[in-house]
Amino acid sequence: MNEKETVREEETRANETLAPERYELFAPPAYHFDLERRNFLKVMGGGVGVFLLVRNPAVLGQGRESGQRRFGRPALPENVGAWLHIAPGGAVTVYTGKVEIGQNIRTSLAQQVAEELRVRLDSITMVMGDTALVPFDMGTFGSMTTPVMGPQLRRIASAARDTLLELAAARWKTAKGPLVAEEGMVRDPASGRRVAYGVLAEGQTLAKTVVAADPPLISPEKWTVAGKPVKKIGATPFVTGRHLYPSDIVRLDMVYGKVLRPPAYGATLASLDASAAKALAGVVVVQDADFVGVVAPKPEIAEKALAALKATWNPAPAQPSSKDLFDYLRKNAAPENAQEEDRFAHTVGSVETGLAAARQTFAQTYTVAYIAHAPLEPRAAVAEWQEGKLTVWTGTQRPFGVRDQLVETFHLPADSVHVLMPDMGSGYGGKHTGECAIEAARLAKGAGKPVKLIWTREEEFTWAYFRPAGVIDVRAGLGADGKLVAWEMINYNSGPSAVNTPYDIPNQTTGFHPTKYPLRQGSYRALAATANHFARESAMSELAHMAGADQLDFRLKHLSDARLKTVFESAAKRFSWPGKKSEPGQGFGIGGGIEKGGRVATCAEVSVNPKDGSVRVRRVVVAFECGAIVNPDGLNDQVAGAQMMGLGGALFEAIEFADGKILNPRFSQYRVPRFSDLPRIEVVLVNRADRPPAGAGETPICGLAPAVANAIFDATGIRLRSMPLAPHGVKQA
Amino acid sequence: MAIELNVNGRSYSVDTDPGTSLLTVLRDHLGLTGSKYGCGEGECGACTVLINGNSRRSCITPVGHVHRQKVTTIEGLERAGKLHPVQQAFLDADAYQCAYCTAGMIVTTVALLDSNPHPTDAQIAEFLGGNICRCGTYPRILAAVRLAERALAQGGAR
Ligand code: FES
Ligand code: FES
Repeated sequence: MNEKETVREEETRANETLAPERYELFAPPAYHFDLERRNFLKVMGGGVGVFLLVRNPAVLGQGRESGQRRFGRPALPENVGAWLHIAPGGAVTVYTGKVEIGQNIRTSLAQQVAEELRVRLDSITMVMGDTALVPFDMGTFGSMTTPVMGPQLRRIASAARDTLLELAAARWKTAKGPLVAEEGMVRDPASGRRVAYGVLAEGQTLAKTVVAADPPLISPEKWTVAGKPVKKIGATPFVTGRHLYPSDIVRLDMVYGKVLRPPAYGATLASLDASAAKALAGVVVVQDADFVGVVAPKPEIAEKALAALKATWNPAPAQPSSKDLFDYLRKNAAPENAQEEDRFAHTVGSVETGLAAARQTFAQTYTVAYIAHAPLEPRAAVAEWQEGKLTVWTGTQRPFGVRDQLVETFHLPADSVHVLMPDMGSGYGGKHTGECAIEAARLAKGAGKPVKLIWTREEEFTWAYFRPAGVIDVRAGLGADGKLVAWEMINYNSGPSAVNTPYDIPNQTTGFHPTKYPLRQGSYRALAATANHFARESAMSELAHMAGADQLDFRLKHLSDARLKTVFESAAKRFSWPGKKSEPGQGFGIGGGIEKGGRVATCAEVSVNPKDGSVRVRRVVVAFECGAIVNPDGLNDQVAGAQMMGLGGALFEAIEFADGKILNPRFSQYRVPRFSDLPRIEVVLVNRADRPPAGAGETPICGLAPAVANAIFDATGIRLRSMPLAPHGVKQA
Repeated sequence: MAIELNVNGRSYSVDTDPGTSLLTVLRDHLGLTGSKYGCGEGECGACTVLINGNSRRSCITPVGHVHRQKVTTIEGLERAGKLHPVQQAFLDADAYQCAYCTAGMIVTTVALLDSNPHPTDAQIAEFLGGNICRCGTYPRILAAVRLAERALAQGGAR
């Protein structure tokens, strides 16, 4: 990796983890209470424990504050990023703060541990997302699990293997060097004797620590368990219906909650008459300032009670609607964020000079609508108070973040709140916050019983948060040789990630303006990168057209990043670029780029119905490279799934709003990709076993929208510059 | 009012309003949480169950309408500890990511292959068109339907 690339990758990562979470505060804990690791292990029943110490939790995004006593369990030693326990008898348990949200890291992380520790995959239990059991973790987002947690677990497992080799050597009074660890046992090749890990762990209370970069790792080129396709581990309960998602948790004596929502954002409660609701059998009305909710023994009674509340509201303040959204964003670039803006501005040469020298110039604006994550499982929480302590089961990508929110909201000591996150019905960046958990906890406090609260689909569409909308201005100039001499791209609101161009252009400026924004917005699968790729890769094809060049050739001419070149060429080869049109309305497009350390290129074939303008994406070929591949099966799913999800944002998903109301908060009004939208998807995985693995949940989505826009242009000559591109088809002259 | 239900071969009497949705009754009265809530308006398929063998959206089915009828949920597909061939096919095809849509997909597929043992791709897309997989696992779900089709044709049917 050259230096420029390293810097770019680091910038990207910093931007992505910080920018989308701007409104969330990550403060270090006030206290650290030390507890010796050996004592801790003793309480766990002895055996061998390996703890990964994280020196700078802020940088790694984890490892902070593990030093508290929680729920009758001893506290973990402080600054532990993750740890692994081999119990007498041989059970291997891995504790990580990451959570499983459908990206199948439960499987891919276990694979990496199995690889280093030399045990069977099914002998490993992954304990995840339970704040009483696992070390602190900032959250599962930003494609950080594979590049950060993966290597950490590999180091831990590798140190554990080494410890077991030492134990075996001591037992046999022989040198450690020649001993071999395999299949959960240590073997002495000289004598042929073997001893199982579980036997070695007996009678031990051995706590070892490693720090990042400590022991050697098995090079991905030599992987035998990792790097291979593995199906979701422990999948049977998902096909039998027995897996308990957060919304399926049941507690003894549990009642059901509903929350009264204002008719519009910013409307405040003027008066409440709860008498009719209170008259219903078993109903409790909970009011705390503007928060009003009901609980009842069954959901249908809670619904009736909610409907029986007579509330009047003070009118909501005037607010922008989706019709004037893009004007609003451009006019409200927030000057108070000037410093932040500078951080994301990048200039080489002078765009003005370049434009002055250009033979042809280009200026266009691209826009991206607000869209919703719409995870199929809406926010859900079950909250239970016992002797002043609060336990909450909830679906979140940040169990510790939710715990902190609960601690703050209810003014509790941190060790009084326990958050559990059962593998949930996904999030896509949309479940970072704890509002549902807080509401359930408030209701449970009022009811004196455990409360289940499941947001309705309308609530999920209205009261969660959205992928930021954005306006992106591009200016460019082409020289006499048909090459770009100037490039400027400025993003308003949707974020700085991937705003820089990977193309070689002598004069360039790229930047990001934070703005005031009308809707609550936050993280999403590659939120900013999707917008920035859409604008840049659309513009690149427009410029190719201006220059009379092929979309692919034009890009390759400006590319020195070998890895990006490789994915473009791989996708093009599989697609048989430039494609041959065999029917009216057919078109081909391409798009790609760099994000979060990965490289993606997508070719799309669309067909636009000449009669009604409806668009069908017929075929997608996506080439993706994210370093060494950990689980080709899981990766394939992530990449293909990203195309499918990306289709929605590219073609038809958009949140419509006016006067503080969401106008399309249902699946019948907000179209998401369905079976009938499924194109032929071909995934080309480029494995770079010589490079560290990068995350894959986000980057593969980036190339799709521009590839589709470019294909629609190729098919119709109509250039669409707003995402979604064709919610009602392409209007043709 | 007491409503009599036959769910997965067992008889239940449920005390609720006949307008209560079948999904609520299944999940919160009978403790059968395998059927999922995704929208409550019949648009996502997560709550799909079989009523007398036909796939229906339990979220928009008032429980009063299924009084004394035969309801089968995802929990009722196994026989004697053995997975239904469609369940096995989803397992073999690894046809999920978060798997929240899976129960609905499986139940809908059971109904599809029951009425049309050898559907075309277009027929599959149409029959499963009301089931949303937000994770976008459609290609693998399609593969699972094909696996199930073969298994059932080879005598996996019951
Ligand atoms: S929950 Fe019934 S169709 Fe969505
Ligand atoms: S696997 Fe997540 S919704 Fe289908």
